[in-house]
Parts: sequence; structure tokens; C-alpha cells
Amino acid sequence: MNNKKRFNIRMAGIGGQGVVTASHILSNGMVIMGGESTLVPFFGSEKRLAPVESYVRIANGKIYEIGEIIYPNVIMIFHPQVITHGKSYTMPFYSGLKPDGVVLINSDTPINLVADEVRELEERNAHIYYLPATTIAREKADTDLATNMAMVGAISAIMGIPDLPSLEQSVKERFLGKGFVVSGGTAALDNVIERKFAKKEQLLKKNMEVISAAYNYAVEHGWAAASQTAKV
Amino acid sequence: MADSAGVEVKPGQAVQAPPQAASAGSEASRQRVVSPEYMFFEAPRERAFITGSEAAKEAIRRANVDIAISYPITPQSETMQQVGALWAEGYVKEYYRGEEEFGVMSAIAGASRSGARSLTATAGPGLMRGMEVVASWPGGRMPLVLLIMCRVINAPLSIQPDNAELAYLLNSGNIIFHAENQQDFFDFALKAFIISEKPEVTLPVAVAVDGFFVTHARGYVMLPPSDIKLTPRDPYHEAIPAMDNENPPARISRDAPIQKSNFISYHVHASWQQEVWAAVERSRKYIDKYMGGLVEVVNPDADTIIVASGSAVSQSREAVRQAEEDLGERIGLVKVRSLRPFPTRELREACKNAKRILVPEFNCVGWLHREVCTALYGYSNAEIIPGPRVFGGISLPTEMILQYIFPDKKFAF
Repeated sequence: MNNKKRFNIRMAGIGGQGVVTASHILSNGMVIMGGESTLVPFFGSEKRLAPVESYVRIANGKIYEIGEIIYPNVIMIFHPQVITHGKSYTMPFYSGLKPDGVVLINSDTPINLVADEVRELEERNAHIYYLPATTIAREKADTDLATNMAMVGAISAIMGIPDLPSLEQSVKERFLGKGFVVSGGTAALDNVIERKFAKKEQLLKKNMEVISAAYNYAVEHGWAAASQTAKV
Repeated sequence: MADSAGVEVKPGQAVQAPPQAASAGSEASRQRVVSPEYMFFEAPRERAFITGSEAAKEAIRRANVDIAISYPITPQSETMQQVGALWAEGYVKEYYRGEEEFGVMSAIAGASRSGARSLTATAGPGLMRGMEVVASWPGGRMPLVLLIMCRVINAPLSIQPDNAELAYLLNSGNIIFHAENQQDFFDFALKAFIISEKPEVTLPVAVAVDGFFVTHARGYVMLPPSDIKLTPRDPYHEAIPAMDNENPPARISRDAPIQKSNFISYHVHASWQQEVWAAVERSRKYIDKYMGGLVEVVNPDADTIIVASGSAVSQSREAVRQAEEDLGERIGLVKVRSLRPFPTRELREACKNAKRILVPEFNCVGWLHREVCTALYGYSNAEIIPGPRVFGGISLPTEMILQYIFPDKKFAF
């Protein structure tokens, strides 16, 4: 396999799910692993349940590009309503997906797509994976707010980068770091989850358990091998 | 002037310098003056991961700036807000918010004429508003630096990146650099002061960058230490002595040729404008010396060459990489660092074997395509393709560039 890896990821979810936080953790994890990464968050009014997108480029080589990713090779859908209710800036949810690309969807069951969508996804030879991310988050951390961690864990298994130790360090820097500046809404949610886990160490531990569980879920289902050559 | 920088001023009270600036022990007061050559080439550099706005701030911190004047406009505001912090720390001697861009560009002209190292910045509609004054700077032979964080200027209203505004600046007599990324924005801004103040140049230098893509995004920047700064401006070794009202150009302003016979007016104006544009050309040797040339050339032997400036260069670099690694095709790239002076000679040389030339741009009007056509007219048989272009704020997908290069392949869905 070509040892050069490069993934252009579009994440779509709804406000409050931690889409932008997930992109920071993934992006910083790649930098910790010695690679390069850039990210561009995109939202209209910053509020709960409103559409949110974040674009992350990760590579183990140099990244030159700037701006939003119009043609991603990896798409992460954090909430089924992105597809079923059109809660997205990018419609349909797979628009711009490159051939042999990956779509990771947070849903316990496959979503009924209309015939045109099924056909267009088949034409691109898209790999579609349904991850019960919120269920994993509830089981391992007893909170929906760790859904984003499950998505990060599964996608890192699928892509092969960044590895789990780098992600763990990235999660630590995100929640323990002094220099990380977040918006007011994100800070409020941070407080909610910090109160839930009396000690931050416990928060980190639970987050890592969710990441590992989702990582293993992806590996056990054989998602990794088929997807690590997604074309850029 | 202090109230605009967040310092409370009570009525009837004199405005005072910030306490930090006055204190002898401040970090700003301990900055050591170094030669441009040391600052640009010899000083050790450390890698930082910072936004374009922060890169500009770090350049200004080391530039020994006497005065900064600006008016806020997105996406420029973040940079000049940080310059306010530099003023509070004593790195910039004077700083205030003007009443609007016409006033700002006029005030900074006065500051430059007085012999001070002068900085201003604006974006999109702000540049258009200040353009009357900006176009008068070169004739006034005013060394100063104007940072431009490009954004949409046309209706419908938008604050997004789009560099159509540079089309209006190209023929004003200002020197214009176009930064690709955060590193360029740091280096070009710092070097612009020195080039601007060279005796045989003595002209304003605009350093443009595409807004948001560079100003609000982080990138790696190699920074020299913060405890050194450039040599101060020496206004007595420039083409025009500072504050000399008995010689041009101040004399011309005060005692305008328009009041003389028409023929004197014609002669004065014609020779003066020719001298301004000659001075623009004379900046070439310093752009070569300090900035590594007006262009950067990658794969000059390729049949297909991309000519680009600003953010379009970054997108083109990735397209060149994809063409080489995924398709086994070699594509050339010419990065235009300097728009004025325009790299006419350099382009003719770099494109002499090209069969096809693409000019990707982040604007609707295609000003760089026209510049390239003009430069290569009579010197190249290549097809010069106008585009691809994006505008209104969207990024330029590399797939779009590759689609133009390889029309028979499919890149975009």
C-alpha cells in the first residue's frame, strides 16, 4: 500500500454535537503524530441544533490547500437528521464525494435513501458505514455528548491515521490545555460535561473508552482495509 | 488617540502614552536594532503555527514602526486590533483609528511625509473608499506600507475573500506584492518597509493577501526572535527630503502646476509620472535581493504552466502535486510575488517553452490573465487559458484546476 496518506474530510452535524471539537481533536492528533493538518469550521448562527460543518485536511505529507473542501474523500455525518431533515449546508449529504470515498454515518440502522441517492452513491463506488456512535457514547460514557468521540475513533480506524496514542494526547490537550480558545456555546457544553465527570481525568478516561470502542467497532467490521486507499 | 485603543480618556484630560511604552524595562524597550540583512537572512528562526493576522502582527513588532493609522473593516480588523496591542506594549510609537478610509489614507500620507515609518491597512470596500488618496501617494513619493486583506467589493454585500479590488490598484503607481500564505504575509510586510524606503524607490508598498483563507487560518511561519527590530527609517536618504516644502512634491502640492500655464503643467506631470513608474521598476533589484525574485518557478520545462498569485498559488501547488503523484504528469507553476513591478521579463523566460498557460484566480474579472497576456504578447505561442476562476468567497478546488488541465478526465462530481 502507498504509504502516503491524505484525507480531505467534511464533517456535518447539528449544533451542540461537538462537530468542530471533533475536527480539532482529529486535526491536532494528526499534528501530534508528526503529520500536517488544517481545519476550517463553518456555521451560520452558532446555536444548538443548527447545521454545522467542519472541514479537516490530514496528511503525512505537506498540505498547501486552503479553504473549504468542495470535493472530500471522507464524509462524516454526525446525526441522521443531516440526511433525513436536510440539516446541512451541503445537499445532498454526499455532494462532491470523490470516487471510492468513505461516508461514515452516525445511525444505529441504515437510513432509507431515495433511488437517485442510492444510484449516485453506487456510481462513485462509495463505502458507506453506519456507526451507532451515540449508542456507543451512552454505553461507554453514559452521555450523548461523547458521540463526537465515537465518530473520531471510528474514522481514525478507517483511515489508519491518526493513531490511538496521538488521539489520546490530542484529547488531553483539548480538555486540559490552557491555550485552547472555544466559543461561548462550546464553553457552556464543556462545563456541562465537566460537572458530569467530577474529575477531568475521568472525563478523559471515558472519552478514550468511547474512542477505543468505536475504533474497535470499525476494525471488527472490516471497514479499515477497504477504505485506506480513498482517492484524493 | 488613546480612546480608540481601549484606554479610557476623560474629558479635559491630556492623552498620555500608555504606561508600558514609557517604562524603560519593557520588552519593547529592550529590542535591539539589526540590519535588514540580519533580520531577513541571518537571524535564527523558530516555527510557529499562527494565523495570517498574527503573522502580520509579528512582522510589525519587528518593523520599528513609528505610526499606524487605520479604520476597522473585516477581515482587516483583527490585524490592526493586534497592532493596537503592540502600541500598548510600546512596539509601535503612535496608533489611532481614523474617521474612515479617506481620512486614514490622507493621515498616513502626512505621517509618511513627516519622515515617520508609517503603516496602514484596509480591505475591499475600504480600499475602494481610500483609493483617491492611495492613487496620490506614489506621486507624493511617500514611503509607507499598506496591508490589504482582500474581500468582496461588489454587490451583493459580502465579507468573503475575493481579490477583484487589486484590479483597481494595479495602475496607481504603488508597488504591490501578493502574499500566498502566512509566511509570505510575515516576510513581505517586513521587507516592504525596507524596499519602500530605499532612496531610488521612495514609494508606497501595498502587501495584499486573500482574506480569511490566510488572515483567519493558521499556518506554519518561521519567525526570527522578537527582541530584534529593523533599523529605523532614515528620511534624509530618500528621493524626497521629509517636510521640505520648497521642493517637489510638497512644492507641487502647495504651488500646483495647474496654476501655471498648461504647457508647464503638462511637462511637470508627464515627467513626474514617468519618474514614478521608473521608480517602481527600480524596486526590482531589492525584490530580487530580499524576496528571492518577483516570481518563483516550479517545473519550468513542463508543457503546461500555471501562473498564479496569492491563495491561487497554494491551490495550484496541490494540483501540481496531484498531477505528478496520481497521474504521472508534470505541470509547471509560476508564483507571481510582485504584481507591481510586474515580472514581464521573468514570465517571458519561464513560459518560453510552454504550450498551454492557465491563470487561476480568486476573482470574477481575471485581472491576472490580462496581465499575463500583455506580458507574453509577441513572446509566446502558448494558449493562455482564462481561468479557472472562483469568486464571492469560495475556495478554488484543485479538481477545478486539474479539470482545466486535463479536459478529457473527470475530476469533479
